[in-house]
Amino acid sequence: MRVFNEIAVVTTICIKSIPQRFWASLSTVVAVGLVVTVLLAFLAMAAGFQQTLRGTGTKDMAILMRAGSQAELNSGVTRDQARLIEEAPGVMKDADGKPLVSPELYVIVDGVKKTAVPADGNLKKAPRSNLTLRGLGPVGIAVRPGLKIVEGRAFNPGTNELMVGRALQKDFAGLNVGDTVKLGNSDWLVVGAFELGGSVFESELWADTPEVQDLFHRQNVFQSIRARLTGPDALKALSDYATNDPQLKLDVTTEAEYYAQQASRTSDLIQKLGWPLAIAMAFGALAGALNTMYSSVAARAQEIATLRCIGFSGTSSFIGTLLESLVLALVGGIVGTLITWVAVDGLTGSTLAGSTFSQVVFTFHLTPAVALQGIIMALIVGLVGGVFPAWRAARVPIAEAYGSP
Amino acid sequence: MTGQTLIHLQDVSKRFVKGRDTITIFDHLGLTIPAGDFVAVMGPSGSGKTTLLNLLGGIDQPTGGSITFDGGRVDTLTEGQLARWRAHNVGFIFQFYNLMPTLTAARNVELPLLLTSFGRAERKRRVEAALSLVGLAERANHYPREMSGGQQQRVAIARALISDPKLLLCDEPTGDLDRTTADEILSMLRLLNQEMGKTIVMVTHDPEAAKYARRTLHLDKGRFTERELVA
Repeated sequence: MRVFNEIAVVTTICIKSIPQRFWASLSTVVAVGLVVTVLLAFLAMAAGFQQTLRGTGTKDMAILMRAGSQAELNSGVTRDQARLIEEAPGVMKDADGKPLVSPELYVIVDGVKKTAVPADGNLKKAPRSNLTLRGLGPVGIAVRPGLKIVEGRAFNPGTNELMVGRALQKDFAGLNVGDTVKLGNSDWLVVGAFELGGSVFESELWADTPEVQDLFHRQNVFQSIRARLTGPDALKALSDYATNDPQLKLDVTTEAEYYAQQASRTSDLIQKLGWPLAIAMAFGALAGALNTMYSSVAARAQEIATLRCIGFSGTSSFIGTLLESLVLALVGGIVGTLITWVAVDGLTGSTLAGSTFSQVVFTFHLTPAVALQGIIMALIVGLVGGVFPAWRAARVPIAEAYGSP
Repeated sequence: MTGQTLIHLQDVSKRFVKGRDTITIFDHLGLTIPAGDFVAVMGPSGSGKTTLLNLLGGIDQPTGGSITFDGGRVDTLTEGQLARWRAHNVGFIFQFYNLMPTLTAARNVELPLLLTSFGRAERKRRVEAALSLVGLAERANHYPREMSGGQQQRVAIARALISDPKLLLCDEPTGDLDRTTADEILSMLRLLNQEMGKTIVMVTHDPEAAKYARRTLHLDKGRFTERELVA
């Protein structure tokens, strides 16, 4: 009990004396806040990106690609292979007995981010970003039950008509319903906008398969096959079928698994950029925290010496000083988290998704887990910045603190 | 009023190493202070007055010799043991009061009691009694910055007394006060010595202050040069 009393008193004295060193304390809070803001901005970006991609796939949808291909872009599947999959076990059929199998094209086109549009509005002069154009037929829409056309209508088969994902439409210029877009040598008319549960598909342009095949000279070739599964065991049956048939040689996985892998690659990259930057900045904040805490200990040298004179232990001086540093860092951490929450959370961004080489639009997401990482980072700065001054507070001889020889 | 030996210094040496030089403050110093004594220690700057006070209060350790308090060795205690020993046996009064500026008078006085097993109510009762003793009961909730120097020193005296120590160590207790206030503080110290039997060792430059003590020790170059009985 006595030791808690001691620590409580020393901590109260330390924390109550913070206003006496207002500017130094404020600089520490700001430095820690900046570190946390930068770190959380990166982590919120990674979390938002991951959420978008992970939210894309479902477990009852199989995706089949050429064996060894890491992503749809490097895959190639023939029309004959697609026909064989229609007869495969584990594939769900619709009410008319037609297999829910969607061979799909995946090609890269370009577009202009709204933020990159020049002042004169001339899109031809603007820097271009890669976008995904997906060629699919009526079954492709049928196998995605969450699809909602929020504006206009679906494209008509056999026409140069496009449907645009809602996220893409918000982030890129010239994709409103009624706009004409030049893809390759052809003009395409945007006829509708769709939402699909905030998934990565909302970052895509969709058009009729034969038209895309014509435009990009890819007759009889697709990039992937989507197949709706009949149940949890169906993947194994389909996988065995695709592996054993020498004509197929396809990798089979669920869409959920596929997008989880895609997500982790890019979000790992974002985190690998964010953490070193935050750690480098943390060293700067650490210097600030050390400076503040050493000056705090120096300013309170007589107070600490008096307490120890009275009989307070060095341990209570150590813990009290350390807690002061942790409080400053925690305030910095909370400020940084609040700044990130206000300025970044919910913000829409787009980035090149690793192996797809195309833009994925996502929303920065400051999850509780991400915020916790920021607070932990702040506390580490506070701990390291406080431990040496606290040690000094506890160990400096009392007589020395009073200026004796 | 003086009785059995409370403090005994035998062959106490104190040396400091400063760069390549070794500075000797005391060399085989001896001193005996009986319980209930009130000793003023005077001497020029650098004569070792504050070092002596630090040794008596267990906030510095001798390089050689022994220090005995109430029959027990003090110079052999560890830092933790010394902290507990100080809490029970010594009250400190400083020239610049050394109150915690962020705590009220009552909280300042309460500090030593936080190292005891007294409950909140008992602590409150004792703090009120101590503040009444020094005539500051009505200033309990005032902060040091709201009080005069003399009042702050009285709070410091209340803090030094609160755990009922046998020994009060005063380092220039009136050095920051005007004559009238200094006399009030010194009268209070004499009262504590005469009425409550507190043993007091007071370092001072002021001969007027020394007159309040029972005797004065003159310290010069680490040696007592004169002993003068006053009362």
